[in-house]
This record gives sequence, structure tokens and C-alpha cells, in this order.
Amino acid sequence: MTDIFEMLRGRPGDPDYGKKGVIVQGMTGAYGSLHTRNMVKYGTNIVGGVTPGKGGQMFDGNIPVYNTVQEAADATGAKISIVFVPAKFFLAAAKEALESGIKILVAIPEHVPVRDTMQVLEMARQNDAIVIGPNTPGIMIPELIKIGIMPASPFKAGRIALLSKSGTLLYEIADALTNSGFGQAITIGIGGDPINGTRLIDAFDMVKDAPDIEGLVVVGEIGGDSEEILAQRIIDSEFKKPTVAYIAGRAAPKEKRMGHAGAIVMGTYGSAESKVSMFNKANIPVAKRPAEVPVLLAGKMEKSD
Amino acid sequence: MRLLEFQAKELFKEYEISILSSRSCTGIEQGKRHAEELGYPFVIKIQVPVGGRGKAGGIQICKNANEFELKFPQVMGLVIKGEKARAILLEKMADIKQELYLSLFLNRSKRCYTIIASAEGGVEIESVKNQVVREIGLGHVQADVARKVSQDIGLEGKTADDFVDILQKLSKLTMEKEAELAEINPLAVLQDGSLVALDGKFVTDDNSNFRHGELQKYQEKSEVEERAEKSGFSLVELDGNIAVVGNGAGLVMSTLDMLSDNGGKPACFLDVGGGATTESVYEALTLISKMGRVKGILVNLYGGIVKTTVVAEAFLKAYADGLIDLPVFSRLKGAESEKAREMLQDSRTKIYDSVEEAINAVVMEVKDD
Repeated sequence: MTDIFEMLRGRPGDPDYGKKGVIVQGMTGAYGSLHTRNMVKYGTNIVGGVTPGKGGQMFDGNIPVYNTVQEAADATGAKISIVFVPAKFFLAAAKEALESGIKILVAIPEHVPVRDTMQVLEMARQNDAIVIGPNTPGIMIPELIKIGIMPASPFKAGRIALLSKSGTLLYEIADALTNSGFGQAITIGIGGDPINGTRLIDAFDMVKDAPDIEGLVVVGEIGGDSEEILAQRIIDSEFKKPTVAYIAGRAAPKEKRMGHAGAIVMGTYGSAESKVSMFNKANIPVAKRPAEVPVLLAGKMEKSD
Repeated sequence: MRLLEFQAKELFKEYEISILSSRSCTGIEQGKRHAEELGYPFVIKIQVPVGGRGKAGGIQICKNANEFELKFPQVMGLVIKGEKARAILLEKMADIKQELYLSLFLNRSKRCYTIIASAEGGVEIESVKNQVVREIGLGHVQADVARKVSQDIGLEGKTADDFVDILQKLSKLTMEKEAELAEINPLAVLQDGSLVALDGKFVTDDNSNFRHGELQKYQEKSEVEERAEKSGFSLVELDGNIAVVGNGAGLVMSTLDMLSDNGGKPACFLDVGGGATTESVYEALTLISKMGRVKGILVNLYGGIVKTTVVAEAFLKAYADGLIDLPVFSRLKGAESEKAREMLQDSRTKIYDSVEEAINAVVMEVKDD
């Protein structure tokens, strides 16, 4: 199994331990440059950017810009890339990254056509790479590395793994956890699209055996059945660490897309009831409100002591 | 987008998937002309973007002009699951031997396209028995795969040949139009063994719209929805009286849930996107001002980088411009919230520390009305 912590952090003793290089595709655009600066400020080691036609320039005086991902990867040795290009250029950008040896691709764009995502995932599979997203806020190990667009303030280092389909709910619930003394070991944004590079179940497999993790919080929403599949995996793998879930969209009407491309209930497929009942079957309490998540988690922690 | 039956059938026709002769119309005069051309008897079918039409009385047989004139307005006037008729389809009838089920859909958990076929169609997919399920990657169906599926559901002779042909055409249609779902239910076997698509459901990937100008004519949007989309917002109109605004789809859904738990009735789901600026919040208030039924506005904004004073400015401007005259109950998490509170002190906008408090207040306010 992929050790996501090792990929993001490195091994103790490595020269780049704790400062793995990250490339930003689309760094010089308004959105890309804003978040590049935020990531740098957070301590992420941004080693280069890619903007075709702007190769040779320096971003903010100290980050080199390259014309292609291959050039950036060759010059920096980076295996992680974050993509900020507009949705219609995502397929080409992702293809370029995967062909250049990128092993973790964080796909920020929203509104990527599903067909493009599926093609990217096929390439990722062939190249043994991980795609986070699309339509994700990113991935982070709080207080160490942030590869994404999340604000810094809600997150604090700790021992909870936090997986979320939604961006703002990730921040909201991280904030609530932090305020209750539950820092986070890792947070992974699954994304709100129908097809995810890293599904809830994949993210769970990445973190479940990590010694850093003492508890798990899953933030799901209506649409699809990835929460149900995760709940089944939790049952089957006899995962015993305290786990709490939250599901958004209980009051949403059927057959309407609620903002996220993937947030739609078709018949009974994708309904909140179905997800809640599967979590209950796995003995995982489901919070009614974001603020209730740390309360339920504290309850679970107490019982497991 | 979800196409109506007659629109799906236009695509079927283009891809040479066999359908019965039919005409669609939106008024009875046009309908009468179509009836002449088509000849009695035929069925009239309400065109709504939801299922369950038959049970709701939305499909009726017309044997003659009298029946047509009686039934047309009845069917046209139906509201099914909140959806009004977009059109009426007049369609010839056929002598049916058997009803099959066939669909191609985007399988989210397997992350590939999947075929579902059955010899026992004509009912909703949840009730379709003896389903044959095949995963087919990016959607291309080879002849041998189609042949195997036809055998697995027990088809023979001409029916099997027709099925292989239709499945491959449906696959081409699905891939070329980037559909999330292409369903023919029922796929009818006629007395001579040939197949015809009696109904069609077709849902495309909205994110691929930019590649499909040819489908633009099927796009159905209210003026408010169109404006929302231009601003990069997501809007779903609902039938309650409290407008719900926030940033991020998950957060707005969550706010909707909590509001409903407390007895409030949401008038809309409005996601202004990741950041919030004076302009975007002002535009959101403009959209809400166009919805007649709204009695109060619930705002839930979360953002580490959102300045709440910027949002407060939008409220003040909306009141000053006479855009809204509604109470706003807001939870603004972000920088400078003390200053924002001061700015809004004498306005009809109240700021709360938690969304729960804002919800309690808006529900009380609307109840008092």
C-alpha cells in the first residue's frame, strides 16, 4: 500500500525530509499565484512553477518558472504537482504531469468533464500515480505541508485523519475539531465530482494503519455510494479507531444537483438516509451538525480508552 | 442536463435507434395538426424531467379527436413531483411482445461506464429483475460484448441482432454526447421480433457543455438560474420562504439541513463559490430579490481569507439601493467581524457567532410574520 505520509513527508534522514518539493502548474495565473504564496507562507517547499511561454522567469524573485512539467521535474526532482489550470485544460495538464514522473497530482479545478477525469485516472493507473480530486481543496499534513487552497487557520497538527468531499465543510469541521483539542494528522479533500481520483475508500486505505492516526472523521454528502462502500470497508477491515461521520444534504430535494457535480440523489441512489444507515451499521455515529462532530468524537474516544 | 423524453428520442433518431413515429407540441392547436398527420389511435405523454408519469396519469391513449381534446388539457395541466408539463408527445402505438431494459451509465464507485440489461423491463430500474451488468471502461461497446449481453438476457434471432445493433449505437451516442446516463426502458420487442425504444432517459455531464453546442437547445434555465451561472454561483430554487446563501456547496447543504431540522423552509440553495466579495454577495442579494416568496435571508459564510467587512458592505449597499427590504441573519466567520458588526448595527442585518443562533433567529422571525 502507498504510504501517503512518506510520500508527503519523506523518510527521516532524507535530505528533503519534511520539505518535499512541489510543482505548481498554472502558477502565474491570479488564482495560482495567490495560492502559491499561501502555500509558501505555510511552509510548503514550492520548487517550481509551470506556465507555457513563461519559462525562465522567476516567481516572486525566487521560484523558477518552467515551460513544461518535464523541465520542472528534471530540474527539481519533484514528484508532487498541484494543478490550477482552467477545467478545459486540465486533461492536457494532468497528462503532461503524469508523463513527467509526477506521483501525486493534486487537481484543484472544478467543472472538469467526467470523461477527462476518467482518462486522467487511466493514465495515473498506468503510471502508478495518485490523483487527489478534481474539485478538491487539496491535501495537507497540518503544520508541515499544505498542497491545496485551504486556509491555514482552522488546522492544527494532531492525530485525527479528516477526509472530506466538501471544501468549506472541511474547514468548518477542522476548525471545530481544533477548538476541541483534536488536531489533525492528515486531511484529504476527496472532491465534489462524481468521479474522484482518490475515493473515500482509497483515502481510508492510505491512512488506516498509520501509527500517527488515533481517530477518523469522514465528511460526506449526498450522491453516489462512496460513503456506503467506506462503511462496509470499515466493517470488513475491523477498523477499531474511533470514527465519526457527517453527511451534508439530508434536506436536499431529489434529482437536483446541489452545487457539486456529484451531489445528486437519483431515486434512492445517493440519499443521505442510505449513507447514515450504513454508517450506523458500522457503529459510526453521524453528526447532525458540524459542531456536533467533536462532541461525538470525544464520546468515542472515551469509550475506547 | 436531463433531457425530456422527446429530446432523447431526437438523439435516438439521429443515431438510428429505432423509435415509433411521434410529434411533440406545447399547445392543443399544434397538437390537433399533429394528430391529423399521425392518425388515431395514439398515446399522449406528458414531458417532464421526472419519472413516475404513468402512475400520475401523464400517459393516455387517444382513440379519436374527442378523446384527444378532452385528455390533452388534462395531461398538459398535470404537475408531477412539482414539475409542470414542458410539452406533450403524441406517439403511435405498437403491438408489443416483450419489454426489455437497457442502459449505459457512469458507474461512480467503479469509475467506469456500465451496461445494465434485462429481459424484464418496463418497470423502474430498482425493480428490474435478472439484471445483466457489464463494466465497459470509457464507454465503448465492442460487437462481441454486445452479443454476449444479448445472449445473457436470452435473446435470439432477429431480436438478438437488433439488440447488438442498438447497444452499440447507444454506446456511440453516450460517448459522443458525454452522457452520465442513457436509458431505454422499455426497449420493446415487436411481434416481428424487431426492437423499438418506447421511452428514453438521457442525462449529460454539465461540465462538458462547452464541447456540446449542439445540445444547447435542450438547456432549460430560468432567468435567475442563468444569472447565477454567469456569476459562477450554484442555485437551486426551492419552495420555502427563507433564502439560504453561503460559500461552498457542502456548507450550504449543511445550512439547509440545519434550517430544516429547526422547522425553517428554504427558498433556495445559493452557493456563491469559494471566496466572497462585496460584488458576489450583492449579486446574490439581487437574485434573491427576484424570488417573490422570500421572507428572510440566512447567510452562512466561512472563510479564512474572507473579510467580513467586505460582506457587510454588500448588505449596506443592497439596503441603500432599495434592492432588498428583508431581514438578514448571518453568520460570518472570518477577519474583522467586530468591525462588520459595528457597520451593520443600525441595519436589518444581524450577525451571529454561530450558524445555530442565526437559524433560530430567522425561524422565529419568519414565524412571527
